[in-house]
Amino acid sequence: MSDRHQTRQPVLQLERLVRTHGSGATEVHALRGIDLAVHPGELVAVMGPSGSGKSTLLTLAGGLDTPSSGRVLVEGTDITTASRKQLASLRRRSIGYVFQDYNLIPALTAAENVALPLELDGTSARKARVAALAALAEMNLGVLADRFPDEMSGGQQQRVAIARALVGDRRLVLADEPTGALDSETGESVLGLLRSRCDAGAAGVLVTHEPRFAAWADRVVFLRDGSVVDETLRSHADSLLSGQAGIQ
Amino acid sequence: MSIRHGLLALLERGPRYGSQLRTEFESRTGSTWPLNVGQVYTTLARLERDGLVAPDGEDAAGHTLYAITDTGRAELREWYERPVDRANPPRDELAIKLAMAVGSTGVDIRAVIQSQRHATIRAMQDYTRLKATALAALESGQARERDDVAWLLVLEQLIFQTEAEARWLDHCEARLVRLSLTADRRAAAPEPPQAAADDAPAPTTTDRPRTARTRRA
Repeated sequence: MSDRHQTRQPVLQLERLVRTHGSGATEVHALRGIDLAVHPGELVAVMGPSGSGKSTLLTLAGGLDTPSSGRVLVEGTDITTASRKQLASLRRRSIGYVFQDYNLIPALTAAENVALPLELDGTSARKARVAALAALAEMNLGVLADRFPDEMSGGQQQRVAIARALVGDRRLVLADEPTGALDSETGESVLGLLRSRCDAGAAGVLVTHEPRFAAWADRVVFLRDGSVVDETLRSHADSLLSGQAGIQ
Repeated sequence: MSIRHGLLALLERGPRYGSQLRTEFESRTGSTWPLNVGQVYTTLARLERDGLVAPDGEDAAGHTLYAITDTGRAELREWYERPVDRANPPRDELAIKLAMAVGSTGVDIRAVIQSQRHATIRAMQDYTRLKATALAALESGQARERDDVAWLLVLEQLIFQTEAEARWLDHCEARLVRLSLTADRRAAAPEPPQAAADDAPAPTTTDRPRTARTRRA
């Protein structure tokens, strides 16, 4: 799987990323030099015990926090040296977030929520709505277009949040425990949607402590105490089931 | 795993011959538990000896067919009704390995846990990919319903099983870390009650009196 991505530029690249909070005796090393590249078409899960740096990694990748050292490249642009204005525009155009509690704006319909990042970026309201409806339709969410968040289930809201994260040309979706508030069946379907958006060319980073959801990823990265201690690649499923992998 | 009852269940749908039973067994379970044709014939011979199946002539190509008997049907019904025995859990190599690693010198138990977690999550990734394919086939209606639903259930069982293992490994690691912290604290502060009570970072200002908390660091 990864061979396919090697030739293309990563959508997200973290280089020797360090984040330290405080100094002296109370210094806390949240991240101790992380390297990670996420290519188009790839979903990477980040797992680790609480306090291992998972969420710090995600906030740095999205430009919500600044690293102590190291670089964060999104579509080739270093967001750690970008101006505030550049960063804001990059966040609107290139980076989509999905949070545990959906974060849809309650006063806007699903379509308006999805259109919002485009409108903020200067697209006309009419064009933004067309793009939002297209994004919703592509994810089989068309029927939700005119509903308000409180008229949708948690799973529906989270699917709309994924549509918002990837509307327009955005190709990077950063998801922080997106299934945390959902029952396991609904969580599965949200992960299935995230997976299919990555299969369609997006790049995704998923922070989760649920092995079952991490298993949807192409790669699982294990963090501990701010460092990557291990990572898995997907093997060929067929060999696993032909008896070579030792299933009795 | 009960090959006996698996074969009886397939024969309940009508007479079949040996290699046909093998193929059908595997398409239901996605070849998760491959059978060889020898096992199928040995099992058929035992079922025949016990009066649960009986030879039922040959098909056009000359294969010997077997049919389920009334005794076989009763046995099958009883199998479905009886819960699988959980009284004697099968030996679990991983549990034995971790049990042996506790306190062994020269073994880094956290490394043992991580290498297993790697393998377990990787297996889950594979099962999940297969599941996504199976679901897509079912939803698009291209699937041969019965076999594909059966295969999906088997796959999901594998996912739940590996998930339980991954969670247990996380738990083991957390448990060991917690126990070793408690042991360290006990060594550092012989009067345990206050020492273990507070997880807040110890204040480092020098004008405060030293307490059990600061001594811990």
